[in-house]
Amino acid sequence: MIRSSKSWQAVAVAAVAGLVLTACGTTEDGGDEGGSGGGGGEAACDLKLAFFGPETGPAAGLGKPIIQGAELAVSQYNEDADCEVELVNYDSQGSPDEAPALATEIAGDESIIGVVGPAFSGESAAAGPIFAEAGVPTVSPSATNPALSENGWDTFHRALGNDATQGPAAAAYIKDTLQAKSTYVIDDASEYGAGLAGIVEEDLGADAVAGSDTIQVGDTDFAATVSKVVDSEADAVFFGGYYAEATILIGQLRQGGFEGTFVVADGVKDPAYLDAGDAAEGTIITCPCIPDTDPAVADFASAYEEEFGEAPGTYAAEAYDAATIFLDGIGDGIGDREAMLEHVNGYDEAGITKQLSFDETGEPADVKVYAYKVEGGEIVSEGEIG
Amino acid sequence: MNFEFFFNNLPGLTLSGLAFGAIYALIALGYTMVYGVLQLINFAHSEVFMYGTFAMLWTVMALGGADANGVELIAILLASLLAAMAMSAVIALVLERVAYRPLIKRNAPRLIALISAIGASFVLAELMGLRDRVAGWVGLDDDLSDYVGKARINNSIAGVVDAPRWEVAGIIVSSIDLLVIFSAVAMMVVVDQFVRRSKLGKGIRATAQDPETASMMGVNPTRTIQMTFLIGGLMAGVAAFLYMLKIETTKFDVGFLLGVKAFTAAVLGGIGNLRGALLGGLVLGVAEIWGSALLGTEWRHVVAFVLLVVILLFRPTGLLGESLGKARA
Repeated sequence: MIRSSKSWQAVAVAAVAGLVLTACGTTEDGGDEGGSGGGGGEAACDLKLAFFGPETGPAAGLGKPIIQGAELAVSQYNEDADCEVELVNYDSQGSPDEAPALATEIAGDESIIGVVGPAFSGESAAAGPIFAEAGVPTVSPSATNPALSENGWDTFHRALGNDATQGPAAAAYIKDTLQAKSTYVIDDASEYGAGLAGIVEEDLGADAVAGSDTIQVGDTDFAATVSKVVDSEADAVFFGGYYAEATILIGQLRQGGFEGTFVVADGVKDPAYLDAGDAAEGTIITCPCIPDTDPAVADFASAYEEEFGEAPGTYAAEAYDAATIFLDGIGDGIGDREAMLEHVNGYDEAGITKQLSFDETGEPADVKVYAYKVEGGEIVSEGEIG
Repeated sequence: MNFEFFFNNLPGLTLSGLAFGAIYALIALGYTMVYGVLQLINFAHSEVFMYGTFAMLWTVMALGGADANGVELIAILLASLLAAMAMSAVIALVLERVAYRPLIKRNAPRLIALISAIGASFVLAELMGLRDRVAGWVGLDDDLSDYVGKARINNSIAGVVDAPRWEVAGIIVSSIDLLVIFSAVAMMVVVDQFVRRSKLGKGIRATAQDPETASMMGVNPTRTIQMTFLIGGLMAGVAAFLYMLKIETTKFDVGFLLGVKAFTAAVLGGIGNLRGALLGGLVLGVAEIWGSALLGTEWRHVVAFVLLVVILLFRPTGLLGESLGKARA
């Protein structure tokens, strides 16, 4: 193991060296031909941003709006920039197993000076150490596991509130708004789902939790879990996990006779959840993502709709903000990762979703959680909840 | 250990377990028959099942199952059952023709055929998972977007069938669970009797016992192998239909886990043995759900495979342990 990791490092170093040399060459060529000349205040050329997250895979639906939100920011920047910035997609399929190799690949490409992502918590945990070591600044528009910011990675940032705020907000909603006396808590054993469900369970308190169960990502038959929920006579079920399982779970819960409220979090806020049909009606979805009907994102929403022909999905606006932080830096003439990291760490500007600034762990200073409800076959906003 | 919940809900849990186990059993049939005749584990059989689920889904979508009721809905469901059986049978026959027959003709070692099976499994699964791009090559992706659009995520017919549930003696009984168990057992009996009594069935058993002697007695081995794949495919189609009624959702990789479980069921009951497949499937289904209820659902797969190991320790040839060829008429 040690030997192999050393040889990988050697390969990575060689690759980085090669890329740096090529990158220098291109910059010089560009300068000669264009005659624009290099200079302190001018925007650097041949720079790339990377999107890191699921473009394909079982949770690809959650990746799409993030990619498109970042794309919109980049294309708006490129409209009146001397040097165009390229957004490169690194498709992790949302899997922690794929993440380390992709992160190493990104770390090896010196022209990538910022990463929008990683999108999910599991892959963030797997890729984080590699980005931290290589000094690649990352701003995740969607990873919400609280532990991610506690690893001491200087490069880690996120443009949204974590589950330590989402979890209590969901628990408060269940207790105060739904007035549920007992809640059954289910998770999918993922970094994200188990973490969030644990916080909700703790925040509800032992008296208000009717029981808990863990399913596996990829399972399709939840008969045992459904029996447990129905047997516990809970008024509400909280599920920490992604929409693929949530869609099947709610169908089987309803068929099994569960009549309470189904409460889920941002991992389920995807149009594919509506496949569950009538069973999905009344589901409460909490999300630290701004509703596309919020006046603050009105301009963004109309530009997005014009570009992609659909309303902005979950975390599109957050991804736009994350990309904007990097693009501002590039516009100021930042051309390397070290300066970019400094720029991100010291950033303090109004984004479209919130005031964007980070504390030393990379958490945003300004945090908002919203509730949504499935009504009439649509996910509609219920406003801010904490 | 949650004994109170377990004993209070034992009948309901067992019924759910039997229903899912019945689906395992129907898929296991395909593994066990092919193994009985060829001593080959057809790992691509899970994909035969997966294509069946999509045939069912697409038929229901194409015939407008979402807006249908009563007799019309039943007719659509019957059509989708036939479509699933036809699709699975065709895939099974194509598999036999493309992935096995050339190898058997050349007398290739069993290991090569096994690798070929695994390869075919990946090809079939990814073909389904990339069907949007395949449709794109022939320019049909816009016309067929309802069918190929969600290539890599869940495809669902939720809400099409609103099956009645009854409360019997305090437990909720789903009509779909009963239908699944009843149809699976009925299909198994039909296949079992077919293999035992029909001329073709005798041929299958003869080939399983001794292919060379069987061919000298006038049994056409190629045709017999084809029929074995065909029967396995048809049963996988029935399993796919029942699975879709119960779970309502499918995906390009749905065959993987179910295939592993069905194969486990086949080994549990005694691979090569038709009645073993049924028993193995039902035992596995019930054990999984009992384990989930007692230990927590995260233990489901652990329980299944520990059970397999324990049973094989004491009965190395499985619960019933006989091969297809030796089954008595």
